[in-house]
Amino acid sequence: MSIEIENLNYTYSAGTVFEVLALKDISLTIPDGQFVGIIGHTGSGKSTLVQHLNGLLRATSGDIRVNGESIYSEGYNMKALRSKVGLVFQYPEYQLFETDVFTDVCFGPKNQGLSRKDAEKRAREAMDAVGLDETYDRVSPFELSGGQKRRAAIAGILAMEPEVLVLDEPTAGLDPKGRDDILDMLDGLHRDRGMTIILVSHSMEDVAKYADRIIVINEGSILMDDVPSGVFARSEEIEAVGLAAPQVSYIMRTLRERGWETGRNVTTIEEAKEEILKALQNKEEHKC
Amino acid sequence: MDIIKGNDLVYDYIKYNDEGERMAAVRAIDGVDIDVKPGDFIAILGHNGSGKSTLAKHLNAILTPTKGTLYVDGKDTRDEHKLWEIRQTAGMVFQNPDNQIIGTVVDEDVAFGPENMGLPVEELWARVESALGAVGMWKYRSQSPNKLSGGQKQRVAIAGVVAMQPKCIVLDEPTAMLDPVGRQEVIATVQELNRKHGVTVILITHYMEEAILADRVLVMAGGKVVRQGTPREIFSQVDFMRSQRLDVPQVTRLADELKKAGLDLPDGILTAAELADALEKYRGGE
Repeated sequence: MSIEIENLNYTYSAGTVFEVLALKDISLTIPDGQFVGIIGHTGSGKSTLVQHLNGLLRATSGDIRVNGESIYSEGYNMKALRSKVGLVFQYPEYQLFETDVFTDVCFGPKNQGLSRKDAEKRAREAMDAVGLDETYDRVSPFELSGGQKRRAAIAGILAMEPEVLVLDEPTAGLDPKGRDDILDMLDGLHRDRGMTIILVSHSMEDVAKYADRIIVINEGSILMDDVPSGVFARSEEIEAVGLAAPQVSYIMRTLRERGWETGRNVTTIEEAKEEILKALQNKEEHKC
Repeated sequence: MDIIKGNDLVYDYIKYNDEGERMAAVRAIDGVDIDVKPGDFIAILGHNGSGKSTLAKHLNAILTPTKGTLYVDGKDTRDEHKLWEIRQTAGMVFQNPDNQIIGTVVDEDVAFGPENMGLPVEELWARVESALGAVGMWKYRSQSPNKLSGGQKQRVAIAGVVAMQPKCIVLDEPTAMLDPVGRQEVIATVQELNRKHGVTVILITHYMEEAILADRVLVMAGGKVVRQGTPREIFSQVDFMRSQRLDVPQVTRLADELKKAGLDLPDGILTAAELADALEKYRGGE
């Protein structure tokens, strides 16, 4: 499913003294099956932007087309759109409300009009996808750990079988293992099912590791739209807007400053390891 | 005298049913001994649900121990008459700045705490000025907190605590919701309060890079302190940290990966410069 955003503007509290232009002339196309990272400092407009993708916020001007059809055209089925574009908010575990996890995950598909049997089948699959087996079915969501709650909440969205999954800082406040579990799970959905993933994050390391493409938002506009190595090669511009390159980029910078011939486009630990081993190898060959 | 002294602390969360009958107890803290000297910078790491936040809430008597004793600056936290003194000794900063800011103007928000202490107006504003100065937010004093970035809001929240002049500040994941620059601002502020003003700092975090700044790191799991030591001692144990659902700083992990690829590097590399030193030594020694 492709999403095209064209000249989108959004103003909070339009027509009042509190008017704030939150998004300015955003245009971008997200093709089917991409893993997109969205980064930007707090208040840059990232969350406002993603809330447009399933029609939760309505653009002040501009257009959004899903599979070529404008979601603002008359009679457009917003409910169907919300089934196709699943949005996981910040701290989604605050939205868990049922008496047990399984019933909570069933809520979405039931609301879509599925039979009880089908809804339960979907719920089971969604819970499997996030790594919560049957033993969690009858557990109260409030007895789960932070990471498990987060996964249960994501399962509630997955059970609606969206084609696009949008997540707003899904790993904030999780321990490192909980963070890796969620990101690996998203990576699996992306690889195995070809699901389009749109990940809003404050972790440069995470978007560098998982995303195919990174969009940098600053003051409501798109500042950069490129592959991770392209974005993080411009580290000074990135820092100027409240962000940073992944830490490993700074490690490699230190090595370069001390005379190591290592590449500039390193954004992950794996790449850094290869570069350092290569640099040592070259040295070896020069010796011979 | 230790500013924080806990002996065999135990805390049970009690579950009640709809009729208000006691159903079960969940042990969140299970026999923790903790001693913190004035001026220390302590980092507490641990998986979600390990008991970090429950422990933190004991340090200013939001919770009191089910068993064991906890003294804050020599005061027993179970002594209700000492409650206000304890809360003035140990101030808390939480994860979400939006839940902690109540004022409509920055300086009024910072004044809230000391005002409640019943200070004379002149001293009150002198404290607000110095607290906002200490966190680098004085020039924003007349602004609405709504217009600030996440890092700035969190610094205002810290100023609100600093204005009460506590000997100790407990920060429970203060950077979890912030962007990279916001995180840097907050951590630099905390470090300065510790180094320049001698404030004891207890920092709970999931960012391993923040923990390397501490004098001592405590690792919690299942309600217990399972290991403690200097950052170097703790982060030398890469496999142990991962087994605790935790991690090590990125540079430490890179060094560990290189070691696994056959390079002879020392354990516990914590900075890029240390990695560069070690790699040069390795290259020279070949």
